[in-house]
Amino acid sequence: MPAENTPTGAHAASLGKGSPAGGRAPQRLAQAALRDVPWEVGVAKPDPAIVVENVTRTFGGLTAVSVDRLEVQRGGITGLIGPNGAGKTTLFNLLTGFDQPNTGTWSFDGRPLGKLAPHQVARLGVVRTFQLTKALSRLTVLENMLLGAQGQRGESFLRALVPGTWRSQEKANTEKALDLLRRFKLDAKKDEFAGTLSGGQRKLLEMARALMSDPQVVMLDEPMAGVNPALTQSLLGHVKDLREEGMTVIFVEHDMDVVRDISDWVVVMAAGRVIAEGPPESISQNQAVVDAYLGAHHDAPLTVEEEDQVLAEAERRIAHEENGEVIDSDTTTRGEGR
Amino acid sequence: MGDLINALAVAGKSALGFQAVFFALLAIGLNVHFGYTGLLNFGQIGFALLGGFGIAISVSQWGLNFWVGVLVGLGAAVVLALLLGLPTLRLRADYLAIATIATAEGLRLLFRSVSASGVTGGTRGLSAFNGDFVSLAPWDTGQRYSILGTRWSGGELWVALVGWVLVALLCLLVWLLVRSPWGRVLKAIREDEDAVRALGKNVYLYKMQSLVLGGVIGALGGMVYVVGTGAANPDQFQNANTFLAYAVLILGGAARVLGPVVGAVILLFVIQFADTGLRALISNGIIPEGLLSATDVAQIRFVLVGLGLMLLLVFRPQGIFGDRREVMLDAR
Repeated sequence: MPAENTPTGAHAASLGKGSPAGGRAPQRLAQAALRDVPWEVGVAKPDPAIVVENVTRTFGGLTAVSVDRLEVQRGGITGLIGPNGAGKTTLFNLLTGFDQPNTGTWSFDGRPLGKLAPHQVARLGVVRTFQLTKALSRLTVLENMLLGAQGQRGESFLRALVPGTWRSQEKANTEKALDLLRRFKLDAKKDEFAGTLSGGQRKLLEMARALMSDPQVVMLDEPMAGVNPALTQSLLGHVKDLREEGMTVIFVEHDMDVVRDISDWVVVMAAGRVIAEGPPESISQNQAVVDAYLGAHHDAPLTVEEEDQVLAEAERRIAHEENGEVIDSDTTTRGEGR
Repeated sequence: MGDLINALAVAGKSALGFQAVFFALLAIGLNVHFGYTGLLNFGQIGFALLGGFGIAISVSQWGLNFWVGVLVGLGAAVVLALLLGLPTLRLRADYLAIATIATAEGLRLLFRSVSASGVTGGTRGLSAFNGDFVSLAPWDTGQRYSILGTRWSGGELWVALVGWVLVALLCLLVWLLVRSPWGRVLKAIREDEDAVRALGKNVYLYKMQSLVLGGVIGALGGMVYVVGTGAANPDQFQNANTFLAYAVLILGGAARVLGPVVGAVILLFVIQFADTGLRALISNGIIPEGLLSATDVAQIRFVLVGLGLMLLLVFRPQGIFGDRREVMLDAR
């Protein structure tokens, strides 16, 4: 982690003014709270909703996720970015119980989530959407929505047989669902099969369905992927609304404009590790991030001297391994050079 | 002309007899599994076998009351569903299919084996266990009755009547369940389990409930069958019946409450009509003996059924009751 990325509070604040939501500071409590947080990996947040510690997940020899410490600020939008294969979706799966880690612990509101099944995590108020949208095709849009409601009496086998026990609750849920559908402009489609919706509408439906459970944390896996620009704007608006309702949002996204627009804090992953954290403005200047996306030598061809250096370094290491016990690396290098 | 009317009458009797009830019940169970929950149960006949032998063994071997035998059969079906579901329902759908198809065949071979013959009667099976039930009939079961040109024994009529009442009650049960939020969760599991998990539903529990419910309905089918034939023989429970039940389900329309019932009536009508009709045509010389002999009819009728199913899938893939829009969604 390069030292120059540790900013002063004033630096961060001056950058913050340039962001589009700067004028609506009262709503962006999380941004204000994060103003004085140093831009360091694993830094402690003032009011973390989710704390991840030493989580690793390996698939055979591949370490997909290895996160030492990560805290997610409550009530803020945290963007999770990184090149393909960085482990973003795997981290999502681990956090929501869809996958189990090899080591590590994580907690939500201080409650450990370690051994919970996906539905138990969801019941605690952490809901997610999927990278490949999972609209339930042969259910109507309204049925999709109703499924999101929690604590339904009619979902138990015996009470399902006595409609009187669940009818009033169903009615209340239906009204809530219709409100949400109106907000997401899907109310005209409520009686159509979800399978007939367009890709973008399915994304909207999935987000609306997640909101039916009154979640505290919403995890969106690439909510804008494959959505046309007009709909992206509307989706962005909905994500910002979630924050204003006090929800904590974590989202994975590749579009940097989107990330810069709505995130309060950005976490960058590469090769399974968190390589940088900070407000969105800090990320594009971060050398580690640039290296992860573009490669360490992306901006200049190797010079002859550099190439020699690299070669010498490689030879030194080989010699190192061959010699077994090494007294002093300098003498080894000299010996090789002769 | 007389032959045609006779063939229609015989086919009509078969479509309303206890065999049709048997297939309707198997298919109602499969409808809960496959139509609503998306579980691939390829061993429904195993549940029917346990139901049928539950009564047969309890009554003729252990000397218990008929109704205790019914409870034993239902209990055995629940245990089988739990045994099949516990290890496989957490895995992908195909594992349940493998486990069920193997278990159904394994159970049949176990029940007909020599070592089990002390309990199950081996290949000869068991009989004389339905007396308690048949004696409940409000009419004389020893007599034969003539209804619309068909001859029914009093016992047959009684089993068929009770069977259809049972079918009606179970259709009502399924209807109540699938229009409730519980049924909505089942249908959602059929579409995408992970999405349902992410919405806070215990998918495993729902799949288990579905497996038990459908299995118990299948066991009731087996009971109707053994009570109707008056004998329980392991070889009556060939797994081909599971696939006929699937044909019934697809014919009537999966995920429709009445689909399996209508499917069962039509399938049995067509099979019996083809059988009687072809035999009549052969004996009248309309179909020359050299082309098709009476002994081939038993096989040919299934060829005709297969042909009919293929035509159905081409021209009406949703079945008789299904919603075409629903089926077309998958083709997109």
